[in-house]
Amino acid sequence: MRTLFDKVWDNHTVAQEEDETLLYVDRCLIHEGSRHTFDTLHEQGLSVAHPDKIFAFSDHYIPTDPQARARDVAGIPDPEIRNMVELLIRNTDEYKISRFGWGDDRQGILHVAGPELGLSQPGIVLVGADSHTSTHGAFGNLSFGIGASETTHVLATQTIWQRRPGTFHIRIEGPLGFGVTAKDIILAVIAKIGIGGAAGHAIEYAGSTIKRMTMNERMTICNMSIEAGARGGMIAPDDTTYEFLANRPFAPKGRAWDEALKFWRTLPSDTEAKFDKEVDIDAARVVPMVTWGTNPEQALPITERVPDPEQEQNAERRTEYSKALSYMGLHPGMPLTDIAVDRVFIGSCTNSRIEDIRAAAVVAKLGRAVVPAWVVPGSESVKRQAEAEGLDRIFTEAGFEWRAAGCSLCTALNGDQLKPGERCGSTSNRNFQGRQGPGGRTHLMSPAMAAAAALCGRLVDVREFAARK
Amino acid sequence: MQPFTILSGIAVPLDEANLDTNQLCPTRFNKVPKGPRFAQILLHDRRFNADGSEKPDYILNQEPYRHAVIAVAGRNFGVGSSRETAVFGLISFGIRCVIATNFGDIFFSNSLKNGLLPVRLPAATVETLMQQLLDQRGARLTVDLPNQAVTGPDGKIHRFEIEPLSKRRLVRGLDEIAHTQEYGDAIRRFEDDQKKAFPWLYS
Repeated sequence: MRTLFDKVWDNHTVAQEEDETLLYVDRCLIHEGSRHTFDTLHEQGLSVAHPDKIFAFSDHYIPTDPQARARDVAGIPDPEIRNMVELLIRNTDEYKISRFGWGDDRQGILHVAGPELGLSQPGIVLVGADSHTSTHGAFGNLSFGIGASETTHVLATQTIWQRRPGTFHIRIEGPLGFGVTAKDIILAVIAKIGIGGAAGHAIEYAGSTIKRMTMNERMTICNMSIEAGARGGMIAPDDTTYEFLANRPFAPKGRAWDEALKFWRTLPSDTEAKFDKEVDIDAARVVPMVTWGTNPEQALPITERVPDPEQEQNAERRTEYSKALSYMGLHPGMPLTDIAVDRVFIGSCTNSRIEDIRAAAVVAKLGRAVVPAWVVPGSESVKRQAEAEGLDRIFTEAGFEWRAAGCSLCTALNGDQLKPGERCGSTSNRNFQGRQGPGGRTHLMSPAMAAAAALCGRLVDVREFAARK
Repeated sequence: MQPFTILSGIAVPLDEANLDTNQLCPTRFNKVPKGPRFAQILLHDRRFNADGSEKPDYILNQEPYRHAVIAVAGRNFGVGSSRETAVFGLISFGIRCVIATNFGDIFFSNSLKNGLLPVRLPAATVETLMQQLLDQRGARLTVDLPNQAVTGPDGKIHRFEIEPLSKRRLVRGLDEIAHTQEYGDAIRRFEDDQKKAFPWLYS
């Protein structure tokens, strides 16, 4: 009796040395930030074992200003940022690695464009030089983020040493309420188990709620597994997975597809399989969530108030909450809906896919942005699709800014960043201090909630907002 | 990689939970090439004002902690992004061992690859060590990797667990890629088998 995780792990074991396993890596995704990896390859004179299994994306440092993108790389004003974009071009050319970069209509965030290309397939081991690589586990594979040294190791050997993580079953049952999204579900999961709650474990999300989700929603769920400390997050492949994959550029075709499909159907966890840890979530009880603090577990339903550290029994938590409130500039007990925002960001590898853009557009149609609000599609393909549906026009007419694809204000690496003290309603994945720029304050939420915050200039319950309109 | 055997010296109490990688290395420094500059980048926004001047209140800006070689930290140390620059900062500053209840998963692996020893100890033990370091400014700790033991300022010994392969690599300063290349035949055999069983991965 084996879990989905066990099956993928066992299928990729090359060797075992004491309690570490040498795992074979089927795909490795990199980006401009992988410069340290190439520096080491150069220093040590190493070659890349299988360039055809490595895929590079320009996303972290690429500008998202459409006018800058209409020019070329040489037009990036900041020399250090320009250097990062250029380094990726030079390094991938040198090592003959496929690149989905500047000017390529397949460019996008590695966790948005990768799945669109069909690179993320059931049953594989996929690693990425980015912690949100857990996203790809939505396709029923083992995907996880790695550091620069591990990436160097993968490029040189196509393998990675790993300690076998435990298995963690998170069952989510029931229908989603009106205005409740995959983002709210995963924020509720993290609030429940904590940012270290899944440490040392690979999560499998299951249950009727997950079953009914589209691939885009499943990717939002798996994306934030790392925010609960998990090694990876996965979802059993099913017809939803196969429909998404069919005919994608890197998906198998013809007879190969039939063979692959036969194998993929054997991957879901056996009914009797045992997990090391289990948690149940009642989806019907989840309401739209927002974070109030400085890490993703500090999240609450929008209907609640900012917590009072004095009410907290645990001394360590009391200190933590006070520090978080002081950084965030919030008062204990204030309703979350009283929090005014200076900016709104709709984008990131968590929430920049076409369904996210559509959900935000539905709300944007109801009013006009009263604070600067950006919509940054996750890939050029999402951008084209949204434009074909006229969504860009909805946003620009409502006073939102429609930008080019990239990580943008989630990582704040490309120059898109908050000013000190600025408060942002954001659909991204991390509200750490300074994440969106030094001194910046982040409140995480769903795309619909973020769009509503842009129209109101404060955090708002999108369900009430929609009902009023 | 520099081998790690026994380390004895000043230990700094970083008495704060959830020091994520954004704090250890603010994002804008990720593009800096590996090198001594990372000594300044470590916990940059905690240590320096916007004009670049030092914040004298921050513990790493005080003597004798500028010479700390060990850090004792709150839970969830190094959670967050995969940036290895978080480790570069600690190493460049001179810190070769961090003791905490638990670590961010990727940070933990990144540490091992750079000769930084992450030591996991039970919450109560970390709390005791933290209190001792806060009470006795400049107190020293000894971390003995071959014997998997931390000696507190009071001479009390705390045993810790570490995976044997990781330990061997650290103690000997082994190059992981060279070690893996010894498995070259096994990797090629795996690829041949995979090509037959899952041909679509090779088309």
